[in-house]
Amino acid sequence: MAFEKDLNLDATELRLGLPGTSDESAKNQTLATLRSNNKRALPEESMSSNATASKNCDQETAPLPKAQVVGWPPIRSYRKNNLQPKKSEGEISGIYVKVSMDGAPYLRKIDLKVFKGYPELLKALEDMFKFKAGEYSEREGYNGSEFVPTYEDKDGDWMLVGDVPWEMFTNSCKKLRIMKGSEARGLGCVD
Amino acid sequence: MQKKMAYSFPDEVLEHVFSFIQSDKDRNAVSLVCKSWYEIERWCRRKVFIGNCYAVSPRMVIRRFPEVRSIELKGKPHFADFNLVPDGWGGYVLPWIAEMAGAYPWLEEIRLKRMVVTDESLELIAKSFKNFKVLVLFSCEGFSTDGLAAIAASCKNLRELDLRESEVDDLSGHWLAHFPETYTSLVSLNISCLGSDEVSFSALERLVGRCPNLRSLRLNRAVTLDKIASILRRAPLLVDFGTGNYAAELQPDVFSNLAGAFSSCKELKSLSGFWDVVPAYLPALYSICPRLTSLNLSYATIQSPDLIKLVSYCPRLQRLLVLDYIEDSGLEELASSCKDLQELRVFPSDPFGAEPNVSLTEQGLVAVSLGCPKLQSVLYFCRRMSNAALVTIAQNCPNLTRFRLCIIEPKTPDYLTLEPLDVGFGAIVEHCKDLRRLSLSGLLTDHVFEYIGTYGKKLEMLSVAFAGDSDLGLHHVLSGCESLRKLEIRDCPFGDKALLANAAKLETMRSLWMSSCAVSFGACKLLGQKMPKLNVEVIDETEPPDSRPESCPVDKLYIYRSVAGPRFDMPPFVWTMDEAVKILH
Repeated sequence: MAFEKDLNLDATELRLGLPGTSDESAKNQTLATLRSNNKRALPEESMSSNATASKNCDQETAPLPKAQVVGWPPIRSYRKNNLQPKKSEGEISGIYVKVSMDGAPYLRKIDLKVFKGYPELLKALEDMFKFKAGEYSEREGYNGSEFVPTYEDKDGDWMLVGDVPWEMFTNSCKKLRIMKGSEARGLGCVD
Repeated sequence: MQKKMAYSFPDEVLEHVFSFIQSDKDRNAVSLVCKSWYEIERWCRRKVFIGNCYAVSPRMVIRRFPEVRSIELKGKPHFADFNLVPDGWGGYVLPWIAEMAGAYPWLEEIRLKRMVVTDESLELIAKSFKNFKVLVLFSCEGFSTDGLAAIAASCKNLRELDLRESEVDDLSGHWLAHFPETYTSLVSLNISCLGSDEVSFSALERLVGRCPNLRSLRLNRAVTLDKIASILRRAPLLVDFGTGNYAAELQPDVFSNLAGAFSSCKELKSLSGFWDVVPAYLPALYSICPRLTSLNLSYATIQSPDLIKLVSYCPRLQRLLVLDYIEDSGLEELASSCKDLQELRVFPSDPFGAEPNVSLTEQGLVAVSLGCPKLQSVLYFCRRMSNAALVTIAQNCPNLTRFRLCIIEPKTPDYLTLEPLDVGFGAIVEHCKDLRRLSLSGLLTDHVFEYIGTYGKKLEMLSVAFAGDSDLGLHHVLSGCESLRKLEIRDCPFGDKALLANAAKLETMRSLWMSSCAVSFGACKLLGQKMPKLNVEVIDETEPPDSRPESCPVDKLYIYRSVAGPRFDMPPFVWTMDEAVKILH
């Protein structure tokens, strides 16, 4: 294959303007200025010399270290992630428990670690399932509410959310269930 | 002379004839013959493919084709796969679903790629299309298992649910249980992308057990090896199966159960999955290997000897996806065992490591090119290449249609001569006359683009990174590649001249992506003003492009032809250069 060694730009007559147009503003920008203004330094080069493009641009993008070129090599993120061994449950920080609500067709899951205490948890549950739990009191539980948050603990017992200290709760809660108020009567009452 | 009637066929006959014409290209040609053929054709077109969802509006499509049953849409540019397109860029399907809900009540199939799909969209699909059959969400995002539950619960005639490579907000494995007990029409289910630790396995088992037409099932990583046998026994007619994680302590009864279950699937031709492989369980597959035509081991972190053994039992293999653990030696074995091989993809096991961790070089690919005469499609990640190897590959495989080579370190020269790889890639485009797709890498000058422009006459898609010296490179491609539809470029010194001089070419292409190149803001504006049928969009996440001088290069540029005009769903970091819309949004 014989290609000319020097590629004569004049011969190809590249113009700035679109074919058939004679755009004055386009003609004013010469080849030379454009090349020197717009030749952007590639990441590797920019480490050794300042980018010439910075002359005309107020902002100079910081040179990227070689190892961190975005999107290179071109591998999809799920592939990169899949090369890691599957983490066992214990290693994932976060206490995920299922949440069900009587009458709702879908289960949800929440991370108890995200909340600092009961008020936050209840607010999140109320937002998620669109209900109001009402006021909690130690003596009467969630008196008068249509829906009551309960949980199943390590022993398999169903308890009222709020009865035990928060840390004890997050350590022992296996799943949450938002029960109809009528069914919840009897929970949390110690006879 | 008497003028005869233009034709004597009634419309119904023509419509019947047209019903045998399936390809879009042919259908488009038919519609251009004359006005009445246009009319007849548009009323009987059942399938529409829209390669860029912003090239046309839903209303336009509906207006022209009122009786569509199947639609395929693509959204984000390909480089979105590599995180080059910021979140929130666009590609929302909801406007399409909303319009089609009213216009196409009998829509049966929706196939989407790289689009943002919300639960709301899925719920709308579930309730709007009574005869809905096929949902394919390829590399999509934005939805959760709640949306899937809606589909499962409402689509009584669903045949295919394929979530391949999508990002799903996995709230609950419970969604599978929403397929009612009366639902039995499932043919294909791909949930391999789901991360949930609990796909409700009992629901899955029951679903599989009651769907006698199930032919393709791809499980997710959470499904353990010991569960495979019971699934396979419920679906002995499977043609395509994707395992979950393929790891367990070696137990003879588990092994024999598994091996027995596999061997009872007489139709099984394609396997995938294989996360966390324990090599001792690979022999459970040996009975079906002779029938396998497709094998995806690209998540299997097993070493070359195990890979070699497995591959040597698969003489009918046509498609292999694998990690570079296979090494040159494994590829040599592949070349001698698998004479029917058509497609090979080799992925890197340690893409960010500075030093090679495996012995995989250009030799492996050369061996395959020599041994597998039917090779058509290649995706190969490696760390070194030579012009000589590329020339050999080109000469051995003149039937290549897709060639994507990624030499991991940008601008790597020929390791033998230290020259650019222009001649090697030149040989590829020269010998492979049917080449439709090409991805370049390594050290490349403008010369490689001359070769591409000269020989790449059938090239439809070209991906370029860290290559070229000047605008001439871009000019060669735009002026020479007659069939070019998609061009994506990153980190190349291509600027205004070539782009503006070839502006008209851009209207013949689907799209052009340029990022970290040298195209000035001024040139973008000019292009946007002069070419009303192009949408010229500048992406800049740091600050508005007009806050800098016009000669400053833009960060990212995406140009695509459109008959719908500029879009209105652009996020704050995307600016349209359309003259009618001021350079704001």
